[in-house]
Amino acid sequence: MNNDVRTIVLAGVGGQGTILVSRVLTTALIDAGYDVKMSEIHGMAQRGGSVSTTVRYGKKVESPLVGKGAADILVAFEQMEAVRTTPVLKKDGIIVVNDYKIMPLPVASGAATYPDNYIEELSKAFHVIAFNAGQAAIELGNARVMNIILLGAMVEAFDMGNLDWDSALVKQVPTKFLDINRKAFELGRSMARKENA
Amino acid sequence: MKHFLSGNEAVARGLYEADVRVGSAYPGTPSTEIFENLHPYESIYHEWAPNEKVATEVAYGASIAGVRSVAAMKHVGLNVAADPLFTAAYNGVGRGFVIISADDPSMHSSQNEQDNRHYAKAAKIPMFEPSDSQECLEMMREAFDVSERFDIPVLFRMTTRVSHSRSLVEFGEPLKLEAFPYSRNTKKYIASPANAMVHRVELEEKMKGLAEYSETSPFNVVEKRGGKIGVISAGGAMLIAKEVFPEDTSFLKLGFTNPLPMNLIREFSENVETLYVIEELDPFMETEIKAAGIDCTGKDVVPPMYELNPTLLREALTGEKVATREVDAKAIPRPPVLCPGCPHRGFFYTLSKRKNVIVAGDIGCYTLGGSPPLSSLDSVICMGGGFTIAMGMSKAFEQIGEKKTIFGVLGDSTFFHSGITGAIEILYNNGHVIPVVLDNSITSMTGQQDNPGTGYTLMGEIADVVSMEAIFRAVGYRKIFTVDPQDLDAMNKTVDEAIACEEPCAIIVRRPCVLIKRIKHERALCVVDRDKCKSCRRCLTVGCPAVFFEDGKATIDPNLCIGCTVCMQVCPFDAIYKEEE
Repeated sequence: MNNDVRTIVLAGVGGQGTILVSRVLTTALIDAGYDVKMSEIHGMAQRGGSVSTTVRYGKKVESPLVGKGAADILVAFEQMEAVRTTPVLKKDGIIVVNDYKIMPLPVASGAATYPDNYIEELSKAFHVIAFNAGQAAIELGNARVMNIILLGAMVEAFDMGNLDWDSALVKQVPTKFLDINRKAFELGRSMARKENA
Repeated sequence: MKHFLSGNEAVARGLYEADVRVGSAYPGTPSTEIFENLHPYESIYHEWAPNEKVATEVAYGASIAGVRSVAAMKHVGLNVAADPLFTAAYNGVGRGFVIISADDPSMHSSQNEQDNRHYAKAAKIPMFEPSDSQECLEMMREAFDVSERFDIPVLFRMTTRVSHSRSLVEFGEPLKLEAFPYSRNTKKYIASPANAMVHRVELEEKMKGLAEYSETSPFNVVEKRGGKIGVISAGGAMLIAKEVFPEDTSFLKLGFTNPLPMNLIREFSENVETLYVIEELDPFMETEIKAAGIDCTGKDVVPPMYELNPTLLREALTGEKVATREVDAKAIPRPPVLCPGCPHRGFFYTLSKRKNVIVAGDIGCYTLGGSPPLSSLDSVICMGGGFTIAMGMSKAFEQIGEKKTIFGVLGDSTFFHSGITGAIEILYNNGHVIPVVLDNSITSMTGQQDNPGTGYTLMGEIADVVSMEAIFRAVGYRKIFTVDPQDLDAMNKTVDEAIACEEPCAIIVRRPCVLIKRIKHERALCVVDRDKCKSCRRCLTVGCPAVFFEDGKATIDPNLCIGCTVCMQVCPFDAIYKEEE
């Protein structure tokens, strides 16, 4: 049942802007006529914990959440969150990962060190598109649009370019930030194309 | 047009469409956003009550007076509200009265994962269990009809995934109802033993009527497909079951689950070869179905704890593990932490440096004071337990002749919720406990809700500020210390004075939460002078997410730091300085 349902998981750290991405994403999917369900865990998000959002779409979606081995694509806003969330992916799942680190407290306090081989290890198991969206956002002029750069990359990697993304951005992004978010979205797409080539 | 709403938002819309006029709630994840989303509906008076018992009583009073009313809370809140609930079930209602309980399987933000469906059975009240946002809206309308038709409060039971998942919702036409004219009805509303004897019989009659309703409820429906496998399920688990079972599976979808439609269940079971009962948490339905002599498979394969998901259910049913790829790397835990600039940090840092103190904590952001490196709590049990668990410990240590310094710690909202009775207990029964209120002037862990100490109501009106100093004084505390936790010397001195104080004393640790939007917070930046840093790591012991070590020296992330200076104050080498912004 529901073989046509696709599952996208967004994972990051509280405050990284996963919520705006999930809004733009679900708006575009709903406008395209899909049944859409979304589930997020945000109880402790403000306290710097891990956050993840599941978006599922298809002709008819039943469960808003999935378990292990069930997602088609993982968009990780931070390296370690990519590693933490990979069990959710199907064996042929795709990862778009921001080459970016946020130190968890055990690392900050010196009780643990942040490994530097995450992207390498992820790439051994999955098809991975990795780039530094944080740096790209700063170069674009606003560090906060990192999230929309990652959305653009996901759209490219997951071949979702046929949806009306511009209309979704117009509906969900405040007018004064629309221009830079449009640029961020296109930049994300071209970076994913480059990484994928 | 369809709207993409969370279950909580859809419930808010349902309350509006059902013409609810009075709502009272206490914030608690995952239920909080229900009341936060009542804002657009001007016809509904809605408030944050000091606690769930108060909320339930306020809503029930409104029902008695003749308007539809609602109380909302998280699962553990219903423990607090159980007292009025059980008797309201006996007395019945005026206009419709619904109590919303949002359970938290897997304890995403809770201290336990109790299954509140048992309350419906124990209190003998009808229960709805929506599975998605559309049902949240439609069942809420129906819940009020059932409440009025059967003269009984209704339990509306949600779970985290129902509350926080979004799906498409079609709105209905809002009702406009007349209030029931009020007249005194002592036989109904005075729960004296004589009246209760009568209500007790009536309640059984009501349950019989509700059992009949359950058989024909529009929310208890058979979806007949094949005759081989039949599944009975309810709430969020139903969607997971639909995802997992093969296409030719027949379903008995239950939205109204107390009392269960046992005739419908029996008939359904007779038309399938194998019957499954799929539910999250306890075997609530399964136990009853089996007791009715109907054979079924349920908790013998489905896990009896934690949140269910399609993979877990598939693995449970087939006994085969779903294939995943291993990544040869481990993620380090990223536990929630006190925010940079959190006023609780100064207090917990001060206690973390003391030996031989016992600190009974409570539910809120300050529960995080129990995590490393601050590690300053001995217990966290329930709302209000900070003061009273401490009291019990102090009496036990007295009995066995051990001398300990004992603090009972809770927050401002928790003080108003159920801390005041504990403060009275300590004074009245001569406890050797120092009650401490960590007053950050907001209910923070649930996302910044107002409370009796903040000066605002849920509807945005200016309110009287209830003074905790005045309460402590009125109770009889002789000395009340008030201190700013960001000043570590003052904080330390206050703790010393309180320990030395021979009279009953209390400490109010006061500084507003840095996340409160309506206050202008001072912002600055703390910077490390790398030449002065001797790598002693003392600054790491304050547990601030902005402070870390890089290349062997302390470093402060300028994007996270707000300049609270707690790390600067603990540095023994003056290697941290403050830059004004």
